[in-house]
Amino acid sequence: MANETEILTGADIILRCLATENVTHIFGYPGGAALHIYDAIYRQDKVQHISVRHEQGAAHAADGYARATGKPGVVLVTSGPGVTNTVTGIATAFMDSIPLVVFTAQVASPLIGNDAFQEVDAVGITRPCVKHNFLVKDVTKLAETIKKAFFIATTGRPGPVVIDIPKDVTAQKCEFIYPDSVDIRSYKPVFKGNKRQMQKALELIFAAQKPVIYTGGGVVLDNSSEQLIEFTQELGFPITQTLMGLGSYPANDKQFLGMLGMHGTYEANMAMHQCDVLIAIGARFDDRVTGDLERFCPYAKIIHIDIDPSSISKTVTADVPIVGSAGQILQEMTQAIRESSEKVNAHYLANWWRTIENWQEKNCLHYHQGEDKIKPQAVVEALYQVTQGQAIVTSDVGQHQMWAVQYYKFNRPRQWINSGGLGTMGFGLPAAIGAQLAFPQETVACITGESSIQMCSQELATCKQYHLPLKIISLNNGYMGMVRQWQEFFYDKRYACSYFESLPDFVKLAESYGHVGICVEKPHDVMPALEQAFYAENKNRLVFLDFRVDPSENVYPMVAAGKAHNEMILSPMPAIREMELI
Amino acid sequence: MRHTISILVENEAGALSRIAGLFSARGYNIESLTVAPTEDATISRMTLVTRGSDAIIEQIIKQLNKLIDVIKLVDLTEGKHLEREMLLIKLSTETIEESDEVQRLVDIFRGRVIDVCATSYIVELSGHGDKLDAFIAAIKHSKILETVRSGVSGIARGNNSLHV
Repeated sequence: MANETEILTGADIILRCLATENVTHIFGYPGGAALHIYDAIYRQDKVQHISVRHEQGAAHAADGYARATGKPGVVLVTSGPGVTNTVTGIATAFMDSIPLVVFTAQVASPLIGNDAFQEVDAVGITRPCVKHNFLVKDVTKLAETIKKAFFIATTGRPGPVVIDIPKDVTAQKCEFIYPDSVDIRSYKPVFKGNKRQMQKALELIFAAQKPVIYTGGGVVLDNSSEQLIEFTQELGFPITQTLMGLGSYPANDKQFLGMLGMHGTYEANMAMHQCDVLIAIGARFDDRVTGDLERFCPYAKIIHIDIDPSSISKTVTADVPIVGSAGQILQEMTQAIRESSEKVNAHYLANWWRTIENWQEKNCLHYHQGEDKIKPQAVVEALYQVTQGQAIVTSDVGQHQMWAVQYYKFNRPRQWINSGGLGTMGFGLPAAIGAQLAFPQETVACITGESSIQMCSQELATCKQYHLPLKIISLNNGYMGMVRQWQEFFYDKRYACSYFESLPDFVKLAESYGHVGICVEKPHDVMPALEQAFYAENKNRLVFLDFRVDPSENVYPMVAAGKAHNEMILSPMPAIREMELI
Repeated sequence: MRHTISILVENEAGALSRIAGLFSARGYNIESLTVAPTEDATISRMTLVTRGSDAIIEQIIKQLNKLIDVIKLVDLTEGKHLEREMLLIKLSTETIEESDEVQRLVDIFRGRVIDVCATSYIVELSGHGDKLDAFIAAIKHSKILETVRSGVSGIARGNNSLHV
């Protein structure tokens, strides 16, 4: 608790609150309405401000910081365009339930509603893409509102919270009292799972013949990786994960089937289709995961564990819904399984694993790296080797994102950072900035494409300013690859607007920002280029690797939109093709 | 099916638009929505009438509960409850016969004439929406100058009550 006689301005109160919340970095961009706050930043040394080049970058960087650390990311932008530029970043965080506290400066109170210079209705514009938002009209409410914002952003199903503060409020003074806790009568997240429901879930688990565990970002957000591993290994069940869930179960483990869904593995999708009990944990049955809802897991009883009741039975009806914290529920259930006189049926489980091993033999991710063109998959595999699987990897959106998760094996949570829900191109570089600032000693790589990187490439300057030694792995195929792939498959190869007439020289672009640029055109140069980027004289520098990859390469397997899990399009590679779909 | 949902919300700026926004963003329909403060100045009560399958109503209730400003809600349709709506209607009464006709209908429907001028009456009528519909149907369309309906207010019968 602060000294009770302390009288501070609104701007100073904000900074004091952030310091009390142990915020280390604010990501932002100044402007007229935010200047009192920026002056307060100047007069303190507890919180470091990271100056980005575009407000979208600020929101993504704070988001990357939050995903890498589990702590809330903090953003500060000015009114008007500062707010509107931030909206994409806020929506990105909202879709993936990432805790952010976003301070948006507002024009002075008397000007609100007058169409003042740089005025937008920040609360109105952000309302559909925040967990909650506030307009603070009274400086005496400011500290408590900030406390509420951190509480709401980080508890229950996390999400971004916007605090809009008129300029005059940041100049007004009042006594500074930061509450230790807040009680919001209308917001009481449930953490403990219902005992009866858990008992019902256990009955299904013990009776299962073909069980599958399917987990999503909720396990990562709840820091429940350990509990998930214990639960899964206690049962010996196969496990598959969504794009957002990767890392929370080690990809190298033999029980891991890979990702499921549109570009999931053959074995994961077939197991989903055939399973008789599905244990969904912290996942929301997104359309990219389920495919055709009518034919989704047609034989399965579904147990669904989630902190957010509205995620349960939203698209797929759960037979056993359990609301609560994934970690607590998994721990209790693992305990109950260990203490139970009943056991999982080993005979059925062994048969089930034999079926799955048959699917695995198809080797659905197989590709052939010839002498001529670089295969994008080979670049990701080489990256995995060079970084010994230890890098924090961010990505943008498209083919490269799918290859990243198919060929880089994530073995720990928060190692894989991407925009899953909103699918925001331009996310990767600023997110990598946030992750690198959070973990200066770790290797951070951004797997991107030549289209995505151009959506936030201005942040290369931010990297220079803060000496961030990111490694940018650009899989440059000259196309918006995923768009081109859909046009090839579903639009009779009419490649409408999916390529650019001109691309920058990425090597020179990187160099112009003071970084290192390397262009790689031949397969045998891939590994040497990566080694050059990650070690020796470039270890502490940002290196932009422009890999010229085979433009005709597609992401396989693929469950086309509206198709069922057992209707995958497989790679035309002969080794895969010759086996028939079951 | 038609559902009537009562919602207690924080009496704060933006609470109404959060609820209205939720319905438009998720494609749910609002048939009627009323809102006013309660005896506790910090709380407003809304009565919301919507239609949807059981699954959609379940989602609507979950999504409403998820809003930070929503304190508590109840689907009145699950139990016995009362619904009332008020109608104010201005009717053209240019002749004695027309005035008499209006007065007769008002008596039958147990409404009240609350304003009279040379050529028009204002009638106040409250009751279930069906009753208001029936009254409006009984009036010749050309004689209706203006109608205003309050939207539905609802409350559960018996000892169940919605409070914080």
